[in-house]
Amino acid sequence: MANLLFYFFALLALVSAALVVVSKNPVNAALGLLLSLVGVAGLFVLLNAALLAFVLLLVYAGAVVALFLFIIMLLDTRPGQQKPFQRMTLIAATLGGALLVVGVLSLNQRAALPAGGASVTGPTLKHYAEQLFTTYLLPVQLVGFLLLIAMLGVIVLSKKSDQAEEGS
Amino acid sequence: MIAGLMHYLLLSAVLFALGFFGVLLRKNTLVIYMSLELMLIAATLALAAFSHFNDTLDGNVFVFFILTIAAAEVAVGLAIIVALFRKRGTVQVEALNHLRH
Repeated sequence: MANLLFYFFALLALVSAALVVVSKNPVNAALGLLLSLVGVAGLFVLLNAALLAFVLLLVYAGAVVALFLFIIMLLDTRPGQQKPFQRMTLIAATLGGALLVVGVLSLNQRAALPAGGASVTGPTLKHYAEQLFTTYLLPVQLVGFLLLIAMLGVIVLSKKSDQAEEGS
Repeated sequence: MIAGLMHYLLLSAVLFALGFFGVLLRKNTLVIYMSLELMLIAATLALAAFSHFNDTLDGNVFVFFILTIAAAEVAVGLAIIVALFRKRGTVQVEALNHLRH
């Protein structure tokens, strides 16, 4: 059953990721990203990380994809003006992707990967809290500062371009 | 065949490669940005898989941080794209070659 679910979610993630790359309309690409995220969230649940799946859907599907759709609507980019892919770039991209896959496959041959997955229940919220407030306390603080700086940066960015428009 | 660590890693690699394809091939800045997000998600999948099969929590905590930073990154990146659009009137990368001349 778990295997069937793995293949289902993997297929969902891959097909919708391909949709992101090939679709002409940016709105379709954003919806493909959303579906791909749902697939990956399902895989997180299979990996006993239901909390991460929840956070992924909340942050990505709830905020990031909505923001993307909002910006697409704001910029009003017309679909169908896409040029065909350049042949050289296509070859380079295929080579790069194939090298990555070959690297992972050779990892399978050379390294002794853990079979693992002994714990059935998986980590709970309490385990995360213990880690975040002991071992990873400094990174948590730093990430908080980073969010603050990002917020200020976004405000400055949108303010500056307003003033430039008024000045010109 | 039981889905082991190898399956997850391979899936993560293929997802990353698809995102890489998008970054190299597409001309729309927004779609390039979406492909970047796809690559980030592929990396988090590999981290969560390693964490699960090694019976530790560190990878999952890293995924936590990656999600937080991705949210900040998307906000800043989209603000830059909007500022670019206001300045140049387009988001197609082949039209944004002012540094070349």
